[in-house]
Amino acid sequence: MDADLAIVGAGPAGMAAAVQARQLGLSVVLLDEQPRAGGQIYRNIERPALRDRAILGPDYYAGAQLAEAFRDSGCRHISGATVWQITPEGQLFYSSEGASASLNCRHVLIASGAQERPMPIPGWTLPGVMTAGAAQILLKNPGLAAQDAVFAGSGPLLYLIVWQYLQAGIRVKAVLDTMPAGNYRSALRQLGGALRGRHYLIKGLKLFREIKRAGIPFIRGVTELEALGDSGSGVSQVRYRAKGRQALIDTRQLFLHQGVVPNVNLAMASGCEHRWNDRQLCWTPKLDPWGQSSQSHISIAGDGSGIGGAVAAALRGRLAVQQIACLLGRQTAAQRDASSRQWRRQLQRELAFRPFLDTLYRPTEPFRKPVREEVMVCRCEEVTLGDIRAAAAQGCMGPNQLKSFTRCGMGPCQGRQCGLTVSELMAELNQQPVEDSGYYRLRAPVKPLNLGELATLADPAATIDQETANEH
Amino acid sequence: MFQDVSQRADRATVSITIDGVIHQVPEGYTVAAALLATGRNASRSTLVSGQSRGPYCLMGVCYECLVEVDGIPNRQGCMTEVRDGMAIRRQQGVGVVGQATEQQEVGDGR
Ligand SMILES: Cc1cc2nc3c(=O)[nH]c(=O)nc-3n(C[C@H](O)[C@H](O)[C@H](O)COP(=O)(O)OP(=O)(O)OC[C@H]3O[C@@H](n4cnc5c(N)ncnc54)[C@H](O)[C@@H]3O)c2cc1C
Ligand code: FES
Repeated sequence: MDADLAIVGAGPAGMAAAVQARQLGLSVVLLDEQPRAGGQIYRNIERPALRDRAILGPDYYAGAQLAEAFRDSGCRHISGATVWQITPEGQLFYSSEGASASLNCRHVLIASGAQERPMPIPGWTLPGVMTAGAAQILLKNPGLAAQDAVFAGSGPLLYLIVWQYLQAGIRVKAVLDTMPAGNYRSALRQLGGALRGRHYLIKGLKLFREIKRAGIPFIRGVTELEALGDSGSGVSQVRYRAKGRQALIDTRQLFLHQGVVPNVNLAMASGCEHRWNDRQLCWTPKLDPWGQSSQSHISIAGDGSGIGGAVAAALRGRLAVQQIACLLGRQTAAQRDASSRQWRRQLQRELAFRPFLDTLYRPTEPFRKPVREEVMVCRCEEVTLGDIRAAAAQGCMGPNQLKSFTRCGMGPCQGRQCGLTVSELMAELNQQPVEDSGYYRLRAPVKPLNLGELATLADPAATIDQETANEH
Repeated sequence: MFQDVSQRADRATVSITIDGVIHQVPEGYTVAAALLATGRNASRSTLVSGQSRGPYCLMGVCYECLVEVDGIPNRQGCMTEVRDGMAIRRQQGVGVVGQATEQQEVGDGR
């Protein structure tokens, strides 16, 4: 046995869980494919790239404390390691620097976080079109930003990133906001929850005011978006429609964003059951209140268990560990409950705000399910909406069958950029609930490996040398 | 075009080549960041239609940033940090075919 607990992901959920598990006396190994701890929100926090701390703001630097506690916790950290399989026996396989290795643990906590929701507009495959998260990643490491970019979509993270660009002194060409005005009305029904998270509301409003004050064009009620350009030189213009009128903006850089959704590939491929979550419009794992999945040796915490934000992610990480320590016989249920009470209350408070956010920034159908036949749904295998409609007309029943009809979802990203779109599209085309239409059946390895990487498993001499793996 | 806003002129640099052209970039850059910072928005072209694609997510989920690094194809540019002497090649059309097939044999998520 290599450790009591293996954690996948060094974001707030994984780091908080590791610290907690060490305090409860568990031996812990944490793996993350990034070179340094921090996850998405605290990416690169231990070696901040920007001299000016005002650019990313205090919520980013708040992560330094957790990262330090994690560093000092005595948890073994294997960085640069992509986990590609968790077997029913608790064996975990990962690859690092082109070689594969495995670990044996009594329990696994998946804290793999979120990714941005796909936004399949016409032209989204042109070079120069990226996610807004990508813009922020480049700011956090190594400190790059693009002048005169257009940001399009909606959601708190989009506005935060625009604000961060402005703090960096970068000109923003325009913000094209796709949130429909009608969402305000529906969101008001969630006002009770919104008020419980009023500190977030106040922060958000301040951000909006500052974006407004910067005087950049902020176009509301955008109902259509298209990136124009050619494959050779990339995007050159963005066409949009707002309040019935069409307009064009020149730009070499378009950043898209419409919220984040759980990273489900590893959990699904490990056999954890998932359900369609209609409020967050994504698949979320079936979990008990401690984050225990349908697989007895796997728990899931953080945004990978449903979007809750960084504070909730850390709380869920700690709560999951309380139960794991109990399962492994390190504490009694009474001890578990006593130490968890306060975190559970905090978590409830954090999550009370979510229904309001989910309703307010619920992306509209045309941005989730493309309308024009030529729109690329599966970027890897170049499968368009037209191809998918044709497959459905020929009797294709769901996402999994669509693979054999069109190769949709069979490229290297393994459906990460088309899976949600395809779930909703196939449900619509076959007039079924999304839950019944289902998702791709995922199998390990969850990231493409070349044969050489698998060969290292068969040949122990070639396996990653434990001493030279990127450990700290 | 991406520009450096770090205000850290003191960062040590490494020497890399991109499609044979030598560049000095600060340590800690990912390969994808190096492409963008040197004015290249495309990293590969696709198998089916030969379209150019560039880094899209920068966090390891989209696989649009696949490049050849030191002779090894299909490395994720956004997850690989530059090293002194690294040779990066953008992947062109058919050059990818054999590798992609090999990948799909073991890792297509079926
Ligand atoms: C691009 C992006 C930027 C964001 N920025 C912010 C922000 O600035 N502010 C904010 O409040 N929220 C932000 N969020 C929302 C974010 O999801 C949460 O705030 C928070 O980071 C969630 O924490 P987590 O611990 O659940 O997961 P994460 O922080 O996402 O951490 C998950 C970690 O798991 C690793 N991982 C995933 N799969 C594997 C695997 N198979 N093998 C090995 N490692 C793996 C990833 O590399 C990652 O480091 C962002 C989300 C995204 C996608
Ligand atoms: S840019 Fe998406 S995987 Fe690298």
